[in-house]
Amino acid sequence: QLYYQVLNFAMIVSSALMIWKGLIVVTGSESPIVVVLSGSMEPAFHRGDLLFLTNFHDDPIKAGEIVVFKVEGRDIPIVHRVIKVHAKENGYIKFLTKGDNNEVDDRGLYKEGQNWLEKKDVVGRARGFLPYVGMVTIVMNDYPKFKYALLAVMGAYVLLKRES
Amino acid sequence: LRKNLEDFTGPREKSDLAIVSFDIYADILNGEKNIFDWNVKQLFVYLSVEYSTKNNALNQVVLWDKILLRGDNPRLFLKDMKSKYFFFDDGNGLKANRNVTFTLSWNVIPNAGILPLITGSGQLSVPFPDNYETTKSY
Repeated sequence: QLYYQVLNFAMIVSSALMIWKGLIVVTGSESPIVVVLSGSMEPAFHRGDLLFLTNFHDDPIKAGEIVVFKVEGRDIPIVHRVIKVHAKENGYIKFLTKGDNNEVDDRGLYKEGQNWLEKKDVVGRARGFLPYVGMVTIVMNDYPKFKYALLAVMGAYVLLKRES
Repeated sequence: LRKNLEDFTGPREKSDLAIVSFDIYADILNGEKNIFDWNVKQLFVYLSVEYSTKNNALNQVVLWDKILLRGDNPRLFLKDMKSKYFFFDDGNGLKANRNVTFTLSWNVIPNAGILPLITGSGQLSVPFPDNYETTKSY
């Protein structure tokens, strides 16, 4: 019976992983769902909102689009708007971003000496959004004890649940 | 949707800088319906220019933006506006550029759901001056 429970649990975990990997393939983005971490895009997005991204290779980057990007060497994804685009005929694109709620553009956030972002820095373009839902992730990040408690409860529930 | 503007370019360091002033008369609609329906939280409206230069096949620069919250008037009647952001070219492609196109667009931010980017009709294409302004003080 325990064997069955463990297998059941493993199946749930692998299905979840498969769905996530499938999303990565379908959207073309390495991180198709991101949580907004700062208030720099208010009043459109607030901390804790969830964003759905796509990153199709042939999608041109246009001024006005909301993109999620990572600065080289840093892990944190930033969600801001594209305000300048310069594209060459060979397909090379460089662009500048700015948060709606910020006074200045993002040059201060880029790497030392870097003035523009390139396609390779883009994690995805924001295509859809859900408010508040991402708060769970932020809470789990800020209070790791909460995360462990949640995992322990979930694990215990799945393993102890008895089939009637 | 109509934009009228006066502009002049001036060299700054090594890139062309354009100083533009404009009027915007616009009615933001969603077909026949009110653009601010139950699922629209705000509109991020922006004026952008698009043009080609020898250096770059495509350039787009946002000159001005405004946030319209649910409840604000979707009719814009703005005169003598200055661009909010510096209109620098990546190079010297603004001087004597025959075709600089001004477009008003908006990003619909829903309460939940898809984030569409809509372009307004009524774009305006303008030729830029052949010479730099040297005597005006800004």
